Amino acid sequence: MTPITVHTGTMVPLDIANIDTDQIIPKQFLTGVTRQGYGKHLFHDWRYLDEHEQVLNPEFNLNKPEYQGASVLITRENFGCGSSREHAPWALMDFGLQVIIAPSFADIFYGNAINNSMLPIRLTDAQMDILFAELAKNDKLMLTVDLNLQLVKCADHEFDFTIAEHHKHNLIKGLDAIGQTLEHADAITEHEKGLADWF
Amino acid sequence: MAKTLYDKIWDAHIVSQVGADILLYIDRHLIHEVTTPQAFAGLNDKGRKVRCPEKTVATMDHSISTRSLALDACGPANQLQLQTLLQNCEDHGITLYPVGHQKQGIIHVMAPELGAILPGHTVVCGDSHTATHGAFGALAFGIGTSEVEHVFATQTLRQSKAKNLKVEVKGKLPIGVTAKDIILAIIGELGHAGATGYVIEYCGEAISALSMEERMTICNMSIEGGAKAGLVAPDNTTFEYIKGREKAPQGADWDAAVAYWETLYSDADAQFDRVVTLQAADIKPQVTWGTNPGQVIGVDDAIPAPTDFTDAVTQESASKALKYMALEPGQKLSDIAISHVFIGSCTNSRIEDLRAAASVAQRGNVVENVTAIVVPGSAAVKKQAEAEGLDKIFEAAGFEWRLPGCSMCLGMNDDLLKEGDRCASTSNRNFEGRQGRGARTHLVSPAMAAAAAINGKFTDVRQYEEQV
Ligand code: SF4
Repeated sequence: MTPITVHTGTMVPLDIANIDTDQIIPKQFLTGVTRQGYGKHLFHDWRYLDEHEQVLNPEFNLNKPEYQGASVLITRENFGCGSSREHAPWALMDFGLQVIIAPSFADIFYGNAINNSMLPIRLTDAQMDILFAELAKNDKLMLTVDLNLQLVKCADHEFDFTIAEHHKHNLIKGLDAIGQTLEHADAITEHEKGLADWF
Repeated sequence: MAKTLYDKIWDAHIVSQVGADILLYIDRHLIHEVTTPQAFAGLNDKGRKVRCPEKTVATMDHSISTRSLALDACGPANQLQLQTLLQNCEDHGITLYPVGHQKQGIIHVMAPELGAILPGHTVVCGDSHTATHGAFGALAFGIGTSEVEHVFATQTLRQSKAKNLKVEVKGKLPIGVTAKDIILAIIGELGHAGATGYVIEYCGEAISALSMEERMTICNMSIEGGAKAGLVAPDNTTFEYIKGREKAPQGADWDAAVAYWETLYSDADAQFDRVVTLQAADIKPQVTWGTNPGQVIGVDDAIPAPTDFTDAVTQESASKALKYMALEPGQKLSDIAISHVFIGSCTNSRIEDLRAAASVAQRGNVVENVTAIVVPGSAAVKKQAEAEGLDKIFEAAGFEWRLPGCSMCLGMNDDLLKEGDRCASTSNRNFEGRQGRGARTHLVSPAMAAAAAINGKFTDVRQYEEQV
């Protein structure tokens, strides 16, 4: 994994609750056997007016000129609900979105994001309202996430956020979770010895 | 200290403490073609092996055709994915139940049929409906592909504990109301994300009275309430289901197993972080009207207006959903014409589901300009249904009878809806575009789906029961 401590970038808003992973990357793009190349299909149904991805939907925020180059997505509650497909964070990252800020995330998506060095940051509804309002005033506003200090900085605002200690640690160090677990190989073998055969 | 069922399974699987988390041992790893290729590739890149191939069960279900057994029936991309699974299973010594095998099926239908899922197990799969197996009193949850790779390499996952939520359904279920209606009503009550961070234990008279198949329908949709997993405490119904199956314990092992399984229940004074109670008598046949499973009403309720909801975000979701679904507040479900019916998916494609649908289907014929398909959940379900003549009932009424697979639940094959199509579906997700771009999905029980097929619109199945 790529280590990440601080991220600064511009934002794109999606003021929609319950964005599910079917929406983030629809099923017809799940036939791949690698982790690459999903970005062009991100939000396919919303982003394109046609099936063949030739005609961009000018109404969709990711297509608007003012949000080009954004690396931070700000959105609403329960982001990433539904299917467990890790293709969702792969598509978001491949498109260039490194940070997702929302009041809440679905569990599986949250874990998948962390496992891909993407930052899912939880702020309160009121703090989200402030970010949406600030972005409406200045669509090139920069936002910084400092993982070490657990702070989001934007305009004159500073919001702290919580993140599990081991998630923070792995993100900052860019650690391979499997390698870490394999250090416990003896304990795993010990557990297996205690299992009845029929189990 | 008094423990819940979840606490007991959790404690029995702690391998070691890692910071604030634990390493949880995984007893069964279920895999399919869509969420594993990148995990195998990751293993191969690092020269790692699958630690316990014998605890891994593989099948093909998502990207296969329901019209042909050929792996190339849905195009070269699907074919490559299926062949990648074949090769990976062969390389890593994992038993695969491929298309055409008599035990192949949707992973959450075929694994219990094998007897591979036992009470007290931990079960994971790169698939969010893994919660299905909680019906056996197993802690079962969906994971992402990086975690699939982690389980391959270590047979463990690093986990922090969820909270305990008890959902009790009191009393007896009214006639014509099914397990699907119970779980939709529960999700309606909890809200689409209302159980996020919890493991649900379903209990109460109405739950205990359910068959294993019905319990699987309930646990299956735990994720639709946002829960990590759903559980039902194992009992004689559970033991009877498992007994004699291919991978079930035999002889003296069976007795030892049952003795252990009988300890798997929540202690009387165990503490739950939250308790929700429903009265079975209040539950009606359910139909979703929106684009998440929490947007659900009873069959005789009117479509709600955004202003019926209190907070701004829910109101906004409701108006967006009404627009996508082309529905008006106040409309009656019985006035809404459908174009398609899908009976299938890991929620409702087991033999009892097909029996329930067939008993309604034999009352009429699929109305003109409605397309109705029935997709059994596994080759074993298909065989059993054919032995009972259910396929003939469906075909005589104008339903198509297909080969087992996920099919129109997500449409990774050619079972897709078109823009504007409206489908009564026994699956589990009514998200925008789930069954095809611009298509509209209403989640219902198998009997309700069959009734919609023969009436061309949503119909209260309780009227049939009353005639009997
Ligand atoms: S039937 Fe649907 S929900 Fe179930 S495993 Fe297949 S795609 Fe997923």
